[in-house]
Amino acid sequence: MSVSVQKRGGFRIKGNAIVMGLYLLFLLLPIYWLLTMSLKTNTEILNTFTLWPRDLTFDNYLTILTDASWYTGYLNSMAYVVINMVISLAVALPAAYAFSRYTFLGDKHLFFWLLTNRMAPPAVFALPFFQLYSSVGLFDTHIAVALAHCLFNVPLAVWILEGFMRGVPKEIDETAYIDGYSFPRFFIRIFTPLVASGIGVTAFFLFMFSWVELLLSRTLTSVDAKPIAATMTRTVGAAGIDWGVLAAAGVLTIVPGALVIYFVRNYIAKGFALGRV
Amino acid sequence: MNKTVNQKAWFLILPVLVLVAFSAVIPLMTVVNYSVQDTFGNNQFFWAGIDWFREMMDSERMWDALGRQIAFSAIILAIEIPLGIFVALNMPKRGFWASFCLVLMSLPLLIPWNVVGTIWQIFGRVDIGLLGYTLDAMGIDYNYTQNFYAAWITVIVMDVWHWTSLVALLAYAGLQSIPDAYYQAAKIDQASRWAVFRFIELPKITGVLMIAILLRFMDSFMIYTEPFVVTGGGPGNSTTFLSIDLVKMALGQFDLGPAAAFSIMYYLVILLISYVFYTVMTNLDKRDGH
Repeated sequence: MSVSVQKRGGFRIKGNAIVMGLYLLFLLLPIYWLLTMSLKTNTEILNTFTLWPRDLTFDNYLTILTDASWYTGYLNSMAYVVINMVISLAVALPAAYAFSRYTFLGDKHLFFWLLTNRMAPPAVFALPFFQLYSSVGLFDTHIAVALAHCLFNVPLAVWILEGFMRGVPKEIDETAYIDGYSFPRFFIRIFTPLVASGIGVTAFFLFMFSWVELLLSRTLTSVDAKPIAATMTRTVGAAGIDWGVLAAAGVLTIVPGALVIYFVRNYIAKGFALGRV
Repeated sequence: MNKTVNQKAWFLILPVLVLVAFSAVIPLMTVVNYSVQDTFGNNQFFWAGIDWFREMMDSERMWDALGRQIAFSAIILAIEIPLGIFVALNMPKRGFWASFCLVLMSLPLLIPWNVVGTIWQIFGRVDIGLLGYTLDAMGIDYNYTQNFYAAWITVIVMDVWHWTSLVALLAYAGLQSIPDAYYQAAKIDQASRWAVFRFIELPKITGVLMIAILLRFMDSFMIYTEPFVVTGGGPGNSTTFLSIDLVKMALGQFDLGPAAAFSIMYYLVILLISYVFYTVMTNLDKRDGH
């Protein structure tokens, strides 16, 4: 009896492994293709069909890392992403605390209104943003893109942080007030360290959503703050598309996410679901 | 948690309010402004009433884009939701392999959207892409820049590749919260695998599935970058979805009035859906006793 049960169990694990193996293969194959292509020469890409680079080269990466018009794209993206992260966290922390601790006039409507901004199609905002930031002289600056991305990142930050803050018992606040802490001191010295992991997760998602966005960042910049995503369209030259460099640029945009992915693996679902899992 | 009534909490909300007002309300008002005015240039505007709205309602172009958009969202939901649940059921529960799967599955979610487009643009090319080359070698006529079906299939497979993991991760989070005792009880009852899924697992993950469905619906309804990079909306107009059409109209042709009217209708649809989303989520929160 026990033997047959074990056998069945063993078979099921195998079935699971096959399903997962196939699914992961489906996910990784296109990424693998991008990676091998970034390590091939253009001659190899266009003239022979090879499953892995025969003529291994790092020239494509060298091109990007030494050509200013390429690597400034990365620096520009980094700049507005970090500015956006700082602004979003700074305004969202107190707001999330208020939503998690107090009821006040119109709180539910306000919370919903914030959500609608996360759901607003960026295409609707592209033109008005362009005109708004042009008229205040912020067009083609990092701060313009950072502010524009606040449209969906601030609501996201408020929602995720509120989810984490709800988990901190209210007794801690009350004890701190009885001990004579003022609100700002309590918030910075006691409360913020308690939700540190939540802040880390939120920062990751702010980074990610600002990093992956193209439409707004492309519309709001031309030269000085051009993001890497927009630079990538430049590979179409007189001699056709420079596939190797395009692939290398793509691989480099995946790196920031891939570096920290292990640390946030258990929070990915939470971040995408606005803290509601 | 029982919350205290405190009107001073408004001061904590104020920074968010000011920021979002600047980045959402002012632009939105600009759109409303354009939608009811017409111009012959030179920044001279005159009142046009609801003419633009009427024009957009009669516009075949908008209805076609809307039709394509709905078809696209329906197809990807019909594939991603069942596939995501299926994958979640097959994921290892704990240990090294669970982390391994989580990390690899999250990878597509974190790739910039235009790079997702680039990946599939390269992958599907007949001359240099693994997928295109293989299909071509098998004798299948596949060319996503010229063939209607090939373009649609590429865009759909790309979206499935990009977002199925999100559904799977949400469903997985829901499955993790089921106590082992439930499965033991089912084992004693000698319940079939299907019965376990139907009566234990499915009811427990309904909440997260609702979130998954609504998130995927909404994000697919706003999709722009990925199909834009791969097909550019073509061949012809066959993969021109709402956002692509809107950007073409507003930033390409600079037809401010119609584009603004289009934007407002588009936004109202999203707003309506967001409201459903919010109601469903708050009800679920209440049921779970938060």
